[in-house]
Amino acid sequence: MINAYTTNTLTYNSELCTGCKMCSTVCPQAVFAQEKQIARIVNPESCIECGACQRNCPTGAIFVESGVGCAYAMMYAALTGKKEPTCGGEDEPSCCCSSDN
Amino acid sequence: MKPKTNTQQRPTDIPVVTHHITPADRWDHFVAHWGVNRRGRRVKPGLYALGKPTGDSPVLVTANYTLSFDALRSASAGFDCYIMVLDTKGINVWCAAGKETFGTEELVHRIEITALSTIVDHRILILPQLGASGVAAHEVKSRTGFSVEYGPIRAKDLQEYLKTREATPEMRRVRFDLLDRLILIPVELVHFLLPMVIAAIVLYFLGGPQVAAASIVAILAGTVIFPLVLPWIPTPNFSTKGFLLGIVVILPFALALLWDNPETMVWQRAGKALAIALAFPPVTAFLALNFTGSTPITSKSGVECEIHTYIPIMAWMFGGGLVVTVILLILNILGGVL
Ligand code: SF4
Ligand code: SF4
Repeated sequence: MINAYTTNTLTYNSELCTGCKMCSTVCPQAVFAQEKQIARIVNPESCIECGACQRNCPTGAIFVESGVGCAYAMMYAALTGKKEPTCGGEDEPSCCCSSDN
Repeated sequence: MKPKTNTQQRPTDIPVVTHHITPADRWDHFVAHWGVNRRGRRVKPGLYALGKPTGDSPVLVTANYTLSFDALRSASAGFDCYIMVLDTKGINVWCAAGKETFGTEELVHRIEITALSTIVDHRILILPQLGASGVAAHEVKSRTGFSVEYGPIRAKDLQEYLKTREATPEMRRVRFDLLDRLILIPVELVHFLLPMVIAAIVLYFLGGPQVAAASIVAILAGTVIFPLVLPWIPTPNFSTKGFLLGIVVILPFALALLWDNPETMVWQRAGKALAIALAFPPVTAFLALNFTGSTPITSKSGVECEIHTYIPIMAWMFGGGLVVTVILLILNILGGVL
């Protein structure tokens, strides 16, 4: 049986890493760990493509195509011809937005 | 866009709030979880004083959704601090960070118009970790001089964090526990209540009480049972989990239709059973797939993959169920005429 969640768009170039630890701090899925002064991907399949690591990496060592992992928002975007699926805004699906996080 | 000085907050203007969650707040949180007036739960963006903060007190940043604000306020009980509320259009931190309304631009702007640097002596902001998808800490630092520290994900760990200023790996990991899933059920239910009632009424007249009941069960399975049992259904994808659950709940109805009413013809009973076995499990699966949006555990790539793989299967099964139903109706009418 296929598992839809084993592949994702996360890539990391260790040559640019300065070992600032930001990626392992912000990642909510413990995808990164720090080893020998630089970051290492230890849990690639857990990545949820939230984009936190890429945005907070000061040297641009990380790339990930981030976006909402929400089927409703994606289908809604496809049906209404919007380019980028988003949720929670006015006239948009509310999805996760009911939790208090 | 440099704001005029006369719009800046002075220390004496800072509204004071308490850690206390009143019964009225609790009631408000309760109805919020039922999806009532969800766009109206906005706190005015700006700086607030929690307790009696001084120039050395920590500054905690949050979204202007009342539930985020209240969670922060009560979780920091016992600490005097400032709360900086960003204008996220009434949306929680995680969703707003994804849209970048909880983002670098808004944070920098808010630091400027609240004149934060004149109010506190230190240059540190504490942000919720789930806000990191929208905020680039190094950019905030270079533009405002304030360093961003990411606090724990869950409000209940905030006490510990404020004491030690360090989050354990456990605190940094997003979880989706039973309680987290439980509080999402009312909104799911409210969303699909009307379609469920309409479907049940229509099906009652088309197929009788058992079919109507089966439709209610299929929808409740997708909206109520699915979030509860999510981690225990033994497949990796939401759609297949939904299919499995749908089949399990619909099977008794299909079997009952097959065995009940022995006075009707076998093909009629078999047809009806086949129709609901085809049409209803994909409904549960579809609702299950939609639940991906309520979880903090699915990636965009994964959900895209699920949509491409399983939506066609759902559509074919559901369509197959409809075709069988139409054939049955036609045969019944013909049978009545002949
Ligand atoms: S995109 Fe999010 S989940 Fe994936 S590695 Fe980066 S921070 Fe972790
Ligand atoms: S954030 Fe970037 S530079 Fe810092 S440790 Fe991670 S990969 Fe290396």
